Amino acid sequence: MNGPHTLFEKVWARHEILRRADGAALMWVDRHFVHEGSHHAFARLAERGLRVAEPGLTFGVVDHYAPTRERGWIADPAIRRMIAMLEENAEGHGITCFGLEDPRQGIVHVIGPEQGLTVPGVLINCGDSHTSTHGAFGAIGFGIGATEVAHVLATQTLWQAKPRVMRIRVDGALGPGVGAKDVALGWIARLGADGARGYAIEYAGPVVEALSMEGRMTLCNLSIEGGARCGMVAPDAVTLAYLEGRPFAPAGADWARAAEDWLTLASDRNAGFDQDVVIDGHEIAPVVTWGTSPEDALPITGMVPDATSSAHARDALEYMGLVPGRPLVGTPVDQVFIGSCTNARIEDLRAAAAVLAGRKAKVPGIVSPGSSLVKAQAEEEGLDKVFEAAGLEWVASGCSMCVGMNGDLVAPGKRCASTTNRNFKGRQGQGARTHLMSPAMVAAAAVAGALADVRPMLEGRPL
Amino acid sequence: MSGWRRHTGRIAHLAMENVDTDQLIPARFMSAPRSAGYGSFLLHDVPEAAPQLTGASILVAGRNFGCGSSREAAVYALVDFGIRAVVAPSFGDIFAANAVNNGLLPARIDTDFLERLADAKGTAEIDLEACEIQVEGRTVPFFLDPAWQQKLINGWDDIDLTDQHQPAIRSFRKAYRDQAPWAWPGREEDA
Repeated sequence: MNGPHTLFEKVWARHEILRRADGAALMWVDRHFVHEGSHHAFARLAERGLRVAEPGLTFGVVDHYAPTRERGWIADPAIRRMIAMLEENAEGHGITCFGLEDPRQGIVHVIGPEQGLTVPGVLINCGDSHTSTHGAFGAIGFGIGATEVAHVLATQTLWQAKPRVMRIRVDGALGPGVGAKDVALGWIARLGADGARGYAIEYAGPVVEALSMEGRMTLCNLSIEGGARCGMVAPDAVTLAYLEGRPFAPAGADWARAAEDWLTLASDRNAGFDQDVVIDGHEIAPVVTWGTSPEDALPITGMVPDATSSAHARDALEYMGLVPGRPLVGTPVDQVFIGSCTNARIEDLRAAAAVLAGRKAKVPGIVSPGSSLVKAQAEEEGLDKVFEAAGLEWVASGCSMCVGMNGDLVAPGKRCASTTNRNFKGRQGQGARTHLMSPAMVAAAAVAGALADVRPMLEGRPL
Repeated sequence: MSGWRRHTGRIAHLAMENVDTDQLIPARFMSAPRSAGYGSFLLHDVPEAAPQLTGASILVAGRNFGCGSSREAAVYALVDFGIRAVVAPSFGDIFAANAVNNGLLPARIDTDFLERLADAKGTAEIDLEACEIQVEGRTVPFFLDPAWQQKLINGWDDIDLTDQHQPAIRSFRKAYRDQAPWAWPGREEDA
């Protein structure tokens, strides 16, 4: 490759097998994650009598329907069947599967990185839109539908049109109590839920460089909520330190060669971007959503917006049961949820526990760690005791109340402060009212029993 | 999947932005096998949409239609209901790809044209080759990726198309493996 190139272009070029005259490129896929929802794709394969082309590059994970309590016997036959189908398909095709009983089980976008399956420079697909998470490592990761899942299973390739590239640079530094979730919801509110449609995003700048891998994953995870194809961060020393020694990461001589290669992936100094967005980190306050799209987000210090601004706002406020012009702070919540591929890694749990330590939650809630290994680590650190002492329920790992497929639902009309990624109507259950925010902000909402600014609660506490 | 060039059908309006895939099909229906048909799940929890939809095959909606999850079930619900085309100023990326893979047209139009379509009732005709919608004597152009246009017209299946490129895939794989062996997952027992 000649001339300056972006991180995205470098990784894309490595995977392009061929490009047709109409612009469609055939791309090589390095990692393919499947879950219970992939049954449509396996059925398609079976109809055509096809086998999985690269079982060694395909990994199964039980997460969407995983029970968070009582794993020994699943009462709901539909859920039991979904999990059994994945485990059978994985076994039949010789695919490694992180099943319900596996100590490494967890949410696909948590365990991919945790196991060292997600590494820089690779292309990762999964039949799940939050596959953008894996871009935190300098990989191209994006979600695909069932027909495409079947195509990847059968050929280990995918047809794609090359997206344009947007850089979101976050300058300065973040204040206490402000994190990756606030940065993400902030840019989505500014550009819109389709503001990055047709783009791959590269997150850059001092704030992004200072983020841990957990923070970078949260940022990249939410790229899809702004309509982006994927989100990426250039691999650096933080990336390498996270990956070294992980079970599936390269080891020995391979590790040294890989690390050297990965550090060359960063965008060249003079690389051009199709769009450049600059955000001042100092100006970011903790953010909450007020409506039914992730773009309906405001600083916690704001007011419920004017309903006359658009038909969408009117409809959203009616669904959410909010009164225009009132402060967001003080809006009573019925329950809280800490979990999901967006915010259930160890650092997220630590941030929530730092607020909850020595305090009581005024409302019920559940805490579902992103993986069984995160759960074990949190227990080793005593975080489970902090959550339980506060009155929250500590449960097993899975997608849980983010999508409600396993039966963890918010009841109709109930308001939930949630660390998840979607405040869509009915997402957490029919008629459920979701407010998205960071783990620290959910903890603050639990303590106050209402939407609250976490910053005063952090004063005098170690961060 | 069979291809198509022209379609004539009744228009329905869903005058909403950000119609996400959770609204198109709530998660609780997604464990059903496809053979049962997904049409009855379409916009199940959006009852105000139902009277509009009956008998329609062309859906006109606001920006960012199909945003959200990658669930192809959202497309199954539309297709099984009888929808052949969705017309909107923008679409969720993954939804649009899923639509084309199931013969459903995601027709992207300028916001100005959306306003012109807003009062259109009755029947419209879609010309896939010309990328135009004829309605009440007016012609409204739409945008469609040329590769997707060919797929819809010919009813192509990607697995068949890709099969022709097996030699290129095999030689790519070999060269790539030599160049970047670390792009393959390390074996756990080596760690």
